[in-house]
Amino acid sequence: MGPKLHDRDFRGLAPWVLVLLITALSLFLRADYVWLVNLPSNWLIPVADWINLGMDWFVATFKWLFRAFNWVLNWPLVWTQSFLQWLPWPATVAAFCTVAYVASGWRLSLFTALSLGYMVVTGHWAPSMNTLAVVFISIPLAIAIGFVLAISAYRSKRVNSIVQPILDLMQTVPTFAYLIPILLLFGFGPVVGVVASAIYACPPMVRNMILGLQKVPSDVIESGLISGATSHQLFWWVQVPSALKNIMIGINQTTMAALSMVIIAAIIGSSADIGWEVLSTMRKAQFGQSLLAGIVIALIAMVLDRISWGFSDRTRAIERNHLPGLQRYRPWFVALGLMVIFTLLAMAVPFLRIYPEAWVVFPADPINQGLTYITANYAHVTDAFKNTTYFYFLLPLRIGLGKAISPFSWGFVLTSSMIWGYALVGAALSAWLFVKHGWKISIAAIILLIFLYFGITAMPWIGFILITSLLAWQIGGWKTASLSVLGWSFMLFSGVWPQAMLSVYMCLAAVIVCLLFGGALGIWASQNRVVSNFLRPINDTLQTMPLFVILIPFLMFFQIGEFTAFLAIIAYAIVPTIRYTEHGLRHVPEEIVEAAQSMGCTNRQILWEVKMPLAVPEIMLGLNQTVMFALAMLVISALVGTKGLGQSVYIALGKADPGLGLVAGFGMALIAIIADRIIQGWSLKRKEKLGISG
Amino acid sequence: MKTDNPVKLSCRNVWKVYGENPDQFFQNGSGQVDDLEKVGQQIADSGHIGAACNVSFDVHEGEIFIIMGLSGSGKSTMVRCISRLVEPTAGEVLMDGEDLLKISDKELIEFRRHKMGMVFQNFGLLPHLTVLENIAFPLKIQGISEEKRLARAREVIDLVDLTGREDSFPRQLSGGQQQRVGIARSLAVEPEIWFLDEPFSALDPLIRRQMQDEFMRLQKMLHKTIVFITHDFLEALRLADRIAIMKDGKVVQIGTPAELVLSPADDYVMEFTQDVPRVRVITAGEIVINGGSTDGLPRVNASSNLEQIMPMFANHPEGMAVERDGEIIGLVTPQAVVNALASESNSNGA
Ligand SMILES: Nc1ncnc2c1ncn2[C@@H]1O[C@H](COP(=O)(O)OP(=O)(O)OP(=O)(O)O)[C@@H](O)[C@H]1O
Ligand SMILES: [Mg+2]
Repeated sequence: MGPKLHDRDFRGLAPWVLVLLITALSLFLRADYVWLVNLPSNWLIPVADWINLGMDWFVATFKWLFRAFNWVLNWPLVWTQSFLQWLPWPATVAAFCTVAYVASGWRLSLFTALSLGYMVVTGHWAPSMNTLAVVFISIPLAIAIGFVLAISAYRSKRVNSIVQPILDLMQTVPTFAYLIPILLLFGFGPVVGVVASAIYACPPMVRNMILGLQKVPSDVIESGLISGATSHQLFWWVQVPSALKNIMIGINQTTMAALSMVIIAAIIGSSADIGWEVLSTMRKAQFGQSLLAGIVIALIAMVLDRISWGFSDRTRAIERNHLPGLQRYRPWFVALGLMVIFTLLAMAVPFLRIYPEAWVVFPADPINQGLTYITANYAHVTDAFKNTTYFYFLLPLRIGLGKAISPFSWGFVLTSSMIWGYALVGAALSAWLFVKHGWKISIAAIILLIFLYFGITAMPWIGFILITSLLAWQIGGWKTASLSVLGWSFMLFSGVWPQAMLSVYMCLAAVIVCLLFGGALGIWASQNRVVSNFLRPINDTLQTMPLFVILIPFLMFFQIGEFTAFLAIIAYAIVPTIRYTEHGLRHVPEEIVEAAQSMGCTNRQILWEVKMPLAVPEIMLGLNQTVMFALAMLVISALVGTKGLGQSVYIALGKADPGLGLVAGFGMALIAIIADRIIQGWSLKRKEKLGISG
Repeated sequence: MKTDNPVKLSCRNVWKVYGENPDQFFQNGSGQVDDLEKVGQQIADSGHIGAACNVSFDVHEGEIFIIMGLSGSGKSTMVRCISRLVEPTAGEVLMDGEDLLKISDKELIEFRRHKMGMVFQNFGLLPHLTVLENIAFPLKIQGISEEKRLARAREVIDLVDLTGREDSFPRQLSGGQQQRVGIARSLAVEPEIWFLDEPFSALDPLIRRQMQDEFMRLQKMLHKTIVFITHDFLEALRLADRIAIMKDGKVVQIGTPAELVLSPADDYVMEFTQDVPRVRVITAGEIVINGGSTDGLPRVNASSNLEQIMPMFANHPEGMAVERDGEIIGLVTPQAVVNALASESNSNGA
């Protein structure tokens, strides 16, 4: 490809040159002026302390209110918990299977039976029921809050403009971070899990419901109005039913979010639930045990997901409504009958009441032994994999080639002639790119080479902030740029800069891998139905999985440490890249592909010359999601030992320090928001250029 | 003629202006302005959009009144102003002499419940209700018992030939069938005035034709007062008693199909009528020669068009008697037909 016209346009080059000069200068001077990399502590603004002061006051003043709320919520929770514990397990299984049957049919019912059977047989029944009790209380709460918020936001532009940014923030601030204030306000106990998950789980409900209401066609609303509907009738009989599909999608997502938060809330060890089971065994390095308990969580997630999804697929529900009379309630009568029978039977037959200890199948020890065997005998394989990735990829990203290359890691010393060679080759490369592809690519290459040599964590803050903000400015204008400047400055002056850079590094490392492998898989899946069908259920399952669970398999083979976290982040965050890449490539307009075919393009040419350029904006959206997912997982992976903001939040949680927790959590959210604005902005610009509508 | 019937609906200087402050152009709510040009200019200059400008027309009882115009000319806006789905900025909408713009919200709801029916371009069916429930929906809103409203819905289902599809859902029906449901729903409350906003535009030409026939069949039975919107002149020709042509929010001309064809007010109207075969538009009543002897001549109806009567000249070169409402009003001769068509092609050829 020859130089493009707009690249001959040198507007915008000057600020980049300036920024690069400043960066180079500060890199040069950083040995003498340490503040260029790390601000001295007396320059910092004690934001965390201020938050703590405010929080202390708030807690002291309003504690009674929240404690009262706690007390009120505690009752239904205790009732649900004791009811589920009291109900004989076959009765509970019967009830669940019926719901599953009604939601989607025999297959799901069978799957539900097997899943619950697993909990019974492996002796996880009691903690699972505790978890479900919390979930069952928090879901209706989240739905109710979501419903009210959505209605108010839909009706009033003002409310909407307040609600939307809060939703954004809630979904980007790591979950641990707001566990702390909730903990302080509500006190310890299972209610914290309920409140935290209700808050965390309501945004998807709000969003989907607003979307659904806005999507109701004006013809439908007008047909209601012209029939003489009052505003009340219009809302409940016309708008809500027409938006039902979206509302149900919201309920599905809310359910999954609630479950995932309930699991995470186990970290405060409030109740004997399944999340705690996983966490405590994980801490004791009993991986067999935590795998078995993790499977329970995975099964609960899948069952809840399929059931709530089944309900959102309204077709069946509607057909059943038209069964005559009582017949439509038949499954429920059967279930009720079974429940009564089992409950009565359980009085006579003890094993129906409580599954006997002696019958429990709990293969944790064989798993552990197998694991020990594998780690003992194949250590060289896993170690080689780990070390190679670590020395040749992670370390250079973090501390730069300049420091990463040593006889111990790369097997040779970095001599000054090599450094000069690097600089010269780099300069030649950028010059060639400048001539061949224009200044933008060339500048990007220079920045990449600088980062690669010095490492992200060693970058002077001024260079980092200037580069990202200039990028933000060129893509999204002054608004995005000022967000970037203010965001990074917040992290800098509140004293979490080093942690923030560690998080950026970890996220970036994972995202690069996701983009390479996920992109490749997505391309493959777009060309090949079999691959696509094979990947889809895996992707679906990974996405519904509470983050916690994804850690376990990696933990088993790579133990606690950054590398395990790195792999777990990739496993979770790669999904959107695969999906969006496939989707983008598959949905290139048919006539464009046909036009290309009629010109005699080969399949390969069609892929790279036609589909790829058109799919790039979509792929960027996938990348955006990948970044968000990576950051979310980054926080959870603090459990297995990553450094950075996630770790700070985690530490703060341990010390019940809301200031530190919120500052670090807010920092995390800011990284997410800045990345989001830049990537989305770019994708939008690209789409406009290509004339593809949103 | 339908225009002899009493006036059912009357729009007087109706305006709908979109924008920041649309009220500034009108001193009082009546919509009468001194200098139409000037106000129009002011509206445009201040960045407002005049979706309907000073629209006035009468619709008579039992008449099919068609509003035509290009996309964006304000057709939907007008019909929505009448039903108050949008609030007109100024003007009067009189129904049986009562100003609809002055009635309270409560009265409006009552009014809509009992007197209006409307059919929408994209059907506007409720996706979660069956055909039967959709049709019964306006009655449900009125609080009529389930038994009664379903019985009534079954009656109208027969009317639109959908018997057997009662329990289907809208998405299981074809476009034509969905619009039949829309029509049935709008008829369920036995409205006095019936609005149809491009009801057949979303359908295939063949189905559209079928639906038009169906529509005429219904109207022969029901004799509703109808405001019908279309941008298809051929459709208007087939259905209309009178047509109003709109352009940029203003009514350019109102008249019977033949009046529009024979004496278009301006080029815009002419554009519409250009491709229309004259023989289908011009009726015997319009070229009738008064006086002269009609004894022993065969009779033709005044509403027959030339296409229908021309073959009859083969046997009756002397002409035919034209009758309206059973009374002979004059004579139609081959010469008159030739004259009408000739003047036509002249004005067209210019
Ligand atoms: N809510 C609104 N705000 C601003 N302008 C509007 C609004 N609704 C309609 N308009 C404008 O009013 C004008 C008339 O619109 P209207 O929908 O009545 O046209 P129409 O004749 O029904 O066209 P179509 O054949 O496309 O349905 C258009 O220029 C339109 O852009
Ligand atoms: Mg319209």
